[in-house]
Amino acid sequence: MATWLGWQIESNWTDPLLFATYSIIKPLAGASILVVMYAVITHGNFSAPMFQWIYVGSALYLYVGSIMTGISWGVVDDRERYRMLKYLYAVPTPFAVYLLGRGVSRFITGSFSVWITILFGVIFLKIRQSPEHFHPALFVVGLVLGLATLASMGLVLGAVVLTLKTHTEQLGDAVAGALYLFSGAAFSIAMLPAWLRPLAYALPLGYWLEVMRRSLLGPPPAQFATFAAWSDGQLLLALLGFAAGYALLAAGTLKVCVHSARERGMLDQVSNF
Amino acid sequence: MTDLSVDVQGLGRIYKTRGSPGSPGREFSALTDVNLQVRRGELFGLLGPNGAGKTTLIKILTTLLSPTSGSALVAGYDVAGESRKVRPRISMVSGGEASGYGLLTVRENLWMFSQFYGIPSGEANRRIEAMLEVLHMSDRLDTKSAELSTGLRQKMNIVRGFLTDPEVLFLDEPTLGLDVGASRDVRAFIREWMKEDPNRTLLLTTHYMVEADELCDRIAIINKGRVLACDTPENLKKRLQGEAIFQLEVTPVPAAAVTSLESLPGLHKVTHHEADGRSRLDLVLEEESALSSVLAHMTGLGIHLLSLTKREPTLEDVFVELVGTSMEEMEHDVSGGA
Ligand SMILES: Nc1ncnc2c1ncn2[C@@H]1O[C@H](COP(=O)(O)OP(=O)(O)O)[C@@H](O)[C@H]1O
Ligand SMILES: [Mg+2]
Repeated sequence: MATWLGWQIESNWTDPLLFATYSIIKPLAGASILVVMYAVITHGNFSAPMFQWIYVGSALYLYVGSIMTGISWGVVDDRERYRMLKYLYAVPTPFAVYLLGRGVSRFITGSFSVWITILFGVIFLKIRQSPEHFHPALFVVGLVLGLATLASMGLVLGAVVLTLKTHTEQLGDAVAGALYLFSGAAFSIAMLPAWLRPLAYALPLGYWLEVMRRSLLGPPPAQFATFAAWSDGQLLLALLGFAAGYALLAAGTLKVCVHSARERGMLDQVSNF
Repeated sequence: MTDLSVDVQGLGRIYKTRGSPGSPGREFSALTDVNLQVRRGELFGLLGPNGAGKTTLIKILTTLLSPTSGSALVAGYDVAGESRKVRPRISMVSGGEASGYGLLTVRENLWMFSQFYGIPSGEANRRIEAMLEVLHMSDRLDTKSAELSTGLRQKMNIVRGFLTDPEVLFLDEPTLGLDVGASRDVRAFIREWMKEDPNRTLLLTTHYMVEADELCDRIAIINKGRVLACDTPENLKKRLQGEAIFQLEVTPVPAAAVTSLESLPGLHKVTHHEADGRSRLDLVLEEESALSSVLAHMTGLGIHLLSLTKREPTLEDVFVELVGTSMEEMEHDVSGGA
């Protein structure tokens, strides 16, 4: 039901051009910048396995922003624009379920961006993969675990947003942008300064992208050897651990933040902007 | 099911406003030691001026806000500790705000909400159609709610509150900002709904005296976070029965003259409004015979009588009696002070 609502909101582009801009052009523009940067650094060596690795990783990374924003933005939107949050909070359906539902609709629109970007790469940048490297099972399990973890991260963010008074629309994208550096999408985690590396290892993003890229492209190139010693099974186990850990974290954060919002009367507050 | 739908004991709520650098944070007591019992089947009104704490109380009873002290049971469950048991049994609508998803139609908005309560889709649609019919807006079923006027949007929201057939329904200023016709529709709708099932309980807030008087079985008068009186409208007005109330229209009265009137013997209370170059004075006299000395005093001040009526006490008079000023003046003070 929440998904249906989210979808109605997401897909309600009075102007199809606007929809195109957000779901297609924006991700493609992002990809193009990446391509140009890569071209400058490597003098246009697009056939290297490393390029495919970076390109596919960055495309998949679009899920991070869209799901985290989808959930946390739902909080702001319902509270400020539609003035419905207080009513939704008071319904018998648990609040977290509602927020997750809003996230699912963002997953659908996000998927659109991800696969358009990858298709673009396949057609124009000769991203190729040999069929023997494609692991459907690894792909599906990795995707499900990763999305579950992202949804929990979105809930954590949504819960925090609930207690903030300031204008928080862009928080999801901002956090996703900051975490990009720690995800190993564009460069290996091993290239981070030593003191930042623990943070990257504590986040699920690097493990997730590794699984996803392995399932699509096969073994990692030499430049991305961070997880080379890990088997697929070990990576999935780590992801499973993250999914469970973050789910607990989300439940805890939501509980604390909703409690605090009730204390301070913020479930129906409207910021002045 | 318990016989008390709402049971509030010693309830208090303090708002903390965070201080900016330089000015310390302040504490504001929006509700103080509120005790209130609403019986099952009652249409109960909370009457008070803006800022009295009505919305704060509704928010606590609907689990949106936690109390600072005291306790509140709704449908037999504690709003703080058992909020999950309270929520399926209640519903709430605030008037005077444009909530709802503008890009969904009226039907979609309402239907979606019914789904969060697990109402079968066919049943939900049947209820939506029937309720919109009563509110004279059947023709707007498939209009996007963004295209509705404020009044129609508010009616849609009121339907949302009734749709889930709650055990206890809370309406916060349901007719705020509605025109006369729409207000009448809403009040008729409320009465109808209460008549359909004697187990339904409705608690509404209002700052319209007449609305509280004609609609509610019992009323609590609330001011500055305190409940001052709680009784049926008739009993509240009976308190003033020994007194005689006159309404006078006179040539303009200077403020100093009003003060001098107040000190006359036999005059219990006087309130004063200016309109269209005339003054309206509402006099509450301890007994009718005091009227002649008041009129004599006014003549001495050069004030001329334009009309004079004796009238029955209203809730407005009850409020003046309890608070000392009229509700209108209260609201001026509040907005002036803010
Ligand atoms: N979130 C808040 N923070 C601080 N003060 C508040 C807050 N909400 C309401 N108040 C204050 O509490 C008092 C009661 O408000 P409210 O319950 O909305 O009154 P009513 O609904 O009767 O008009 C008002 O003086 C208001 O300024
Ligand atoms: Mg109010």
